[in-house]
Amino acid sequence: MSASLLVFFVLSIVCVGGALGVVLARNVVHATFLLLLSLMGVAGVFLLLLAEFLALVQVLIYGGAITIVVLFVIMLTKSDDFHSMTDNQQRPIAFIVSLGLFGVLTFAAITGDTGNNVRSSLKFADLGDSLFTKWAIPFEVASLILLVALIGAIVISKQGEEE
Amino acid sequence: MTLVYFQILSAALFSIGLYGVLVRRSAVLILLCIELMLNAVNINLIAFSAYSEPIVATGQVIAIFVITIAAAEVGLALAIIINLFRNKGSVDIDEVDLMKW
Repeated sequence: MSASLLVFFVLSIVCVGGALGVVLARNVVHATFLLLLSLMGVAGVFLLLLAEFLALVQVLIYGGAITIVVLFVIMLTKSDDFHSMTDNQQRPIAFIVSLGLFGVLTFAAITGDTGNNVRSSLKFADLGDSLFTKWAIPFEVASLILLVALIGAIVISKQGEEE
Repeated sequence: MTLVYFQILSAALFSIGLYGVLVRRSAVLILLCIELMLNAVNINLIAFSAYSEPIVATGQVIAIFVITIAAAEVGLALAIIINLFRNKGSVDIDEVDLMKW
C-alpha cells in the first residue's frame, strides 16, 4: 500500500465519519462541528489531488466563514423545541433512496473508463490566467451574484424586523 | 491510486447528504447537508481536472464558482431561517407548509 493511498483512506474515514455525524447527531451544534471536520477532510482530499489553491479556499471559506455564520444563526434561533431535533417519518424510504443512489454511482464509477493513472498539478499562474481570461465573464457574474445575495439577505432580515 | 477512489468517496458524501436532506427536520441541518452535497460535487470536479491528460483548469475554475454560489446560498438561506424563526418561533421545516397545497 502506497503512502498516498494510506493518506486517502484516513481522509476518507474523516470525511465520511464527519458526514455521518452531521446526519445522525441529535445536537445541532455538534452537527455543525462535525460538518467542519468533514469539510477539512475534503480540503485534505483537495491537497491529495494537487489542488493547493482550492484546499486553501476550502479552509478559509468553510472553516472561517460558513461554520461561524451557521453557529451564529443556531444561537439566534435557539429554541427549546426538541421536536425539530428529531428526524421525520421518511427515514426508511430516504435510506433506500440514498443507498440506491450510492449503488448506481459506484457501479457507474467502477464500470466506466478509468482513464490514466497520473495526477498532474495545475500551476497557480495557469489557474489565475484561465480565471481572468477564458472565464472572465462568468467570474464577474459570480461577483454580481454575491452582491445580490448580500443585499437580498439584508433586505429579508430587515423585513421581519418591521412587522 | 486511480480516479475511481475519489469518485466513490464523492458518491458516498453525496448520498449521505441526500439522506440528511430527506430526513432532517431542522432547517439549519438541511442547509448543512446541502453543503455536504456541494462538497461531494467539488471533489468530483477537481478529481476529473487532476486526472485529465493535458491538464485543464476548467474543473478547478468551476469548483471555485461552486464555492462562491455555496457562500451566497448560505447567506440567503440563513436570512430566510432567521425571518422564519421570528414569524413562527421555530425552524421546524414540517411546520412550514403554507405554500404546499
